[in-house]
Amino acid sequence: MNSTTPVKQNTKPNASAIPPWRVVRPESDGADQVAAQTVTEKTIVLAKNVTKSYRRHKTSVAVLKGVDFSADQGKVTAIVGQSGSGKSTLLHLLGTLDKPDSGEIHFANQRIDNLSARQRDLFRNKKLGMIFQFYHLLPELTLLENIVAPAMIGQSLFSYFRNRSGILRRAKSLADMVGLSHRLHHKPNELSGGEMQRTAIARALITDPKLLLADEPTGNLDQESGQSILQLLRNLNEETGLTIVMVTHDENIAAQCDALVRLKGGKVERLK
Amino acid sequence: MYKLLLCWRYLKTRWIALASIVSVTLGVATMIVVNSVMDGFTSQMQDRMHGILSDLVVETRSTNGIAEPNWYVDRIRGRLGDSVQGITTVVTLPAMMTFHHNGNAHTQQINLIGIDKETYASVSDFSKYLLHPDNKQKLDFVLKQSGYAPEREALQPAGWEHRTRVETLKKARLSEMERYRLLQEKISAEQRQQIASDVATLPSTNDEVSTEATNGDAAVSPNTTASATDEINQLAAGPSSFGAATPSAPRGHVFDAANEQRIGIVLGIGIGSVRGRDSDGKVKDYFFIRPGDDVSVAFPNAGSPPRAIDEMFTVVDFYESKMSEYDATFAFVPIEALQRARGMIDPVSQQGAVTSIQIKLKPDADLQVARDALRDEFPPAESYVQVNSWRDTQGPLLAAVQLETTILNILLFMIIAVAGFGILATFFMIVVEKTRDIGVLKSLGAPGTGIASIFLGYGVLLGSVGSGVGVVCGLLFVWNINEIARVLEWVTGREVFDPTVYYFDTIPTILHPFMIVWVSVGAVAIAILASVLPSIRAARMHPVEALRYE
Ligand SMILES: Nc1ncnc2c1ncn2[C@@H]1O[C@H](COP(=O)(O)OP(=O)(O)OP(=O)(O)O)[C@@H](O)[C@H]1O
Ligand SMILES: [Mg+2]
Repeated sequence: MNSTTPVKQNTKPNASAIPPWRVVRPESDGADQVAAQTVTEKTIVLAKNVTKSYRRHKTSVAVLKGVDFSADQGKVTAIVGQSGSGKSTLLHLLGTLDKPDSGEIHFANQRIDNLSARQRDLFRNKKLGMIFQFYHLLPELTLLENIVAPAMIGQSLFSYFRNRSGILRRAKSLADMVGLSHRLHHKPNELSGGEMQRTAIARALITDPKLLLADEPTGNLDQESGQSILQLLRNLNEETGLTIVMVTHDENIAAQCDALVRLKGGKVERLK
Repeated sequence: MYKLLLCWRYLKTRWIALASIVSVTLGVATMIVVNSVMDGFTSQMQDRMHGILSDLVVETRSTNGIAEPNWYVDRIRGRLGDSVQGITTVVTLPAMMTFHHNGNAHTQQINLIGIDKETYASVSDFSKYLLHPDNKQKLDFVLKQSGYAPEREALQPAGWEHRTRVETLKKARLSEMERYRLLQEKISAEQRQQIASDVATLPSTNDEVSTEATNGDAAVSPNTTASATDEINQLAAGPSSFGAATPSAPRGHVFDAANEQRIGIVLGIGIGSVRGRDSDGKVKDYFFIRPGDDVSVAFPNAGSPPRAIDEMFTVVDFYESKMSEYDATFAFVPIEALQRARGMIDPVSQQGAVTSIQIKLKPDADLQVARDALRDEFPPAESYVQVNSWRDTQGPLLAAVQLETTILNILLFMIIAVAGFGILATFFMIVVEKTRDIGVLKSLGAPGTGIASIFLGYGVLLGSVGSGVGVVCGLLFVWNINEIARVLEWVTGREVFDPTVYYFDTIPTILHPFMIVWVSVGAVAIAILASVLPSIRAARMHPVEALRYE
């Protein structure tokens, strides 16, 4: 049934019932990543025959009608499609923000769509980075605080204060990487769109995720800023081997990606 | 961590939410003010009542009273033992007082209380309410030369100063009147002689009659001076069979009001004065009776059926407890005088009957226990006395004040609860406003409980700030309540706290720390309760819907 996706089940020798992100600590992630990088052609995220429909006033709109999708470790996968074709919907399902009506979502050989709410929260916090078209920064927090937010959410008050200096160092180096180290104490409304998106990227990276989901990251930016954001993501992918799944409207951008799928009529076509 | 940071930031960036807390703040402040003023009034009232009334009263309604008070006193001491601090016997009577003011007789109903001047002060705060400093030390029912509350100008002159002045004036007026009468007499005598001589010239049958009349008048006139003085003395002495009570005035002795006093009476200040305002709006007392004046008091004797007897007393001091009810009716006289006048003294044992025995307990003694012990000692079925504590007698009044306080508190708490709904609405608005941020937090892996606690924490913070500010405002208000009242008076031109009504010069307040804690905890609880629903709503929000929210 999933002929288009080369799935290797149970490639990890000791895949236990406990999801791996529950035992992996941020400190040990580096070693993990090196090991993961050596495995080529590994599918990290996988959707099997997923359907999703929205109910509105008794009429049910089927958005996804049996979608099979996979993204490989260390690759940049682009999803294109017309507006309203369900790209964001699919991304939200991959990010466990929503549940599919039927079908399964797997991440690193673990089924994740049927996890408990608490486990999905942990998954999003530890394994996933998300960026959005409208940046979605928290307006009350400064740039630095926005970047640190996922780390704060993932840790108790006590452990946050214990690891505070390390977290702040990492946040500053991320801000440095996205070129915003001079604006650490500005509020989002004092930043440009490009700067906000860079902040969002830095925020997505603070917990050292395995997968970055990007929903039209350049959709709200001019050509130049869009290009620099894209360059940033490319560099990330090349330097750290970060897996990226990106929704885009821009055929140009799509062409630069390692893999490309199109959503049409509630189904996925693989283009590349 | 993010929870604390976010709710702190929400508080900092949304000061407007404090507007919804202002209602709680005001409610808290009002509650503190109202409670402290009510408590102030209540405790002042209780203190005064307790000061005026002894702890326990063993009393009888029988007109003859308790015929053998010593036996009762012994029983009481035996029963209560060490817990008794003081005991005194009292005769209480309804009576009618008559005094003269500006030539008119005024009557007033009073409670005539015969007290034992040696022991009465030991059961109540009686002495400290008297005006003359010597009487505050020890009351002796003797008129003082002067020195009755010298700071009260309206009361001066008082004492012998006043009495001698009045008597001199009276004497002067009487002698003036006498002279005038003599003059009149002389004139009319001359006229009559004139007429008589005129008539004598006329042969008439009326002749005899007119001569007789002239003779009669003539017979009186030499005597007039003496009889007038007698009359005056009689007027001053009153229709008294009670002259014997004044040892200095043996029968036949002519009472000299300018140098002698009658038996002393201490009047409640409300009997002898009115409090009002002069044209400037200043509070002024006007005394129509002063220490040194004589008053006459009519009261029933101990016979059956009782007959009214009338006695003259000299006002020796005023009693000012600032409880208008007592100040307007109480009049104290020496108990022996009352017993003798009423015929309450047993001719054999020479023991005077009393109507009540008042007992003061030691401060640590239990009032209820002592009362119940005495009730057990004198069971109502077997004896004709009743045992009551001061709380029993003042129970209805205290209960009324208590009820008033309770109702006010309920009303004010309702107001705070209404303010709670305002907070609820504000919080819902804030949650709606923050919908996208909630979605973002969820996409970053924040659990629903974490998001709920952001808003709950926000509620706690707002509630604490609100009630903290409220407590501070309330305390400042209470501490400066008299100044505030003055400012209000100045602004509105109306008296906020009328001393002619309340008898207090300042508004009494009492702050119970416990009450403040309760009120502020209640306000915080309401803020928390009001933030629970919005918090639950925030926690339940669907992340995708929240992210899509514009
Ligand atoms: N909550 C919802 N209730 C009803 N319909 C919805 C809801 N959310 C999405 N839809 C519908 O689902 C379809 C897919 O929406 P989705 O946001 O996934 O499209 P998209 O491909 O991301 O479009 P775009 O490129 O404009 O972002 C749309 O037709 C939309 O109207
Ligand atoms: Mg979309």
